[in-house]
Amino acid sequence: MNAVLQPAEAPVTSAPKITVKNLNFFYGGFQGLKDINLNILERRITAFIGPSGCGKSTLLRTLNRMYDLYPGQRAEGEILMNGKNILDKSQDVNLLRAKVGMVFQKPTPFPMSIYDNIAFGVKLYESLSKAEMDERVEWALNKAAIWGEVKDKLKQSGLSLSGGQQQRLCIARAVFVKPEVVLLDEPTSALDPISTAKIEELLNELKTDYTIAIVTHNMQQAARVSDFTAYMYLGDLVEYGVTDEIFIKPKKKETEDYITGRFG
Amino acid sequence: MSERNQASPTSSIYKRRLLINRLALILALVAMAIGMFFLLWILWVLVSKGIGGINLAVFTEMTPPPGSPGGLANAIFGSVVMVGVATFVATPIGILAGIYLAEFGKQGWVAPVTRFVNDILLSAPSIILGLFIYAIYVAKVQHFSGWAGSFALALIAIPVVVRTTETMLLLVPSSLREAAAALGAPQWKIITLIAMRAVSGGVITGVLLAVARISGETAPLLFTALNNQFWSADMNQPMANLPVVIYQFAMSPFENWQSLAWAGAMLITFTVLAINILTRVVFRQRTY
Repeated sequence: MNAVLQPAEAPVTSAPKITVKNLNFFYGGFQGLKDINLNILERRITAFIGPSGCGKSTLLRTLNRMYDLYPGQRAEGEILMNGKNILDKSQDVNLLRAKVGMVFQKPTPFPMSIYDNIAFGVKLYESLSKAEMDERVEWALNKAAIWGEVKDKLKQSGLSLSGGQQQRLCIARAVFVKPEVVLLDEPTSALDPISTAKIEELLNELKTDYTIAIVTHNMQQAARVSDFTAYMYLGDLVEYGVTDEIFIKPKKKETEDYITGRFG
Repeated sequence: MSERNQASPTSSIYKRRLLINRLALILALVAMAIGMFFLLWILWVLVSKGIGGINLAVFTEMTPPPGSPGGLANAIFGSVVMVGVATFVATPIGILAGIYLAEFGKQGWVAPVTRFVNDILLSAPSIILGLFIYAIYVAKVQHFSGWAGSFALALIAIPVVVRTTETMLLLVPSSLREAAAALGAPQWKIITLIAMRAVSGGVITGVLLAVARISGETAPLLFTALNNQFWSADMNQPMANLPVVIYQFAMSPFENWQSLAWAGAMLITFTVLAINILTRVVFRQRTY
């Protein structure tokens, strides 16, 4: 599997935003990703599915070099974004992360007010006047479909919100810095169905402006939400294609076995 | 193979387990009662002997010669100043060292060695730290001083602050740090704006507990600040302080001195109690 995988019949209007070439990833001596090649297309939602331990979260975390925080984890190969290899030592990791945002499975509001939670990311790289900041905060909270619920309590701690609200707060926080790519690692697995539906709706809206990659354990969510789906198994990228095709007529038998639930 | 297990309230194993459970509970309650009894007895003796000596004069008059009326004003002032200087010195050093151990000490030998030395200092007898300051400073300049006393107290306080800061920072969940890193925050901002803010209650508690600890230390002050009968705000001279005054007055045969010693003991005890209440109520650490 050496050729870079392009999802079959990709719409002509979309260009590859991120190109992964020959990516191998190691947790110490254990190899978590084996020779991954794929393109993630711009302004589309790409979902990664597969059983536990298949490497989908690992792959996501290479895209913003989150693994750098932990000695002993290393990546080999190339990941090209905007023409540059982000795995290169010369890449400024913090600048990369400002362009590639991430939302985690567990909501992680910072120990500060809701307003400061949102403002935190922007204050790192831009200096806005109070009026501009207020406007941006409102815009971000509106995008996350949570403005109505929190507009009267912006000064209250972020921890005072419910789980679903906290996760939407985290998404607002990631969107606020206007990144190019948003990575979501199982963002709704800890949430109730109503919050999940709101977030899926939100993702659909966000894709007009952002490139989105989402890891999900929930196959039906991938089918609902994504344009392209990649099926991974034990560190290998087994199949990658247009979502409808993967779910209705997968090319590989392993994919079909997983989709139909023969194993999980 | 479809037999059920033999659990039943009448089985002898179950009855014995119930008995042992009750016995253990009683023993635990007795142990608690014994501890509480002695604690309450100490407090009772302290209050009953000390309350008579507490009056305005204690806070306004200087330590008297035997037989004359007086107060503890210079001792209170000296203790407050020396504990204050020691805290001022120990807090930044302790917090920065704690941050280093928690955030940057993952690889290499510096962190484990520092942690080990810190643990030794933490449990070192305070008289040794007092003798150390005596040897390197007091003996060299040939006089006791408030500065020497402050530094000895700082040496006692630093390990406490280091240990609590490190422990609290290690409790910050990595998901919180990753969330900040995912926004592009550099490591120092993750530490100061996110991690330290998350555990600020715990770190302040650590500092206050160090203060409570050094407020009552006597041995190190014996060799460094000594004591001063008169009012002195000069840190370069021997400085009056409550623990040494109590030491001197309590062992004397003079009644007014003894009553002042009890009053001083009560003051220290209730200050420490107030600090502990403060840490539990105002600076309570919410868990993340």
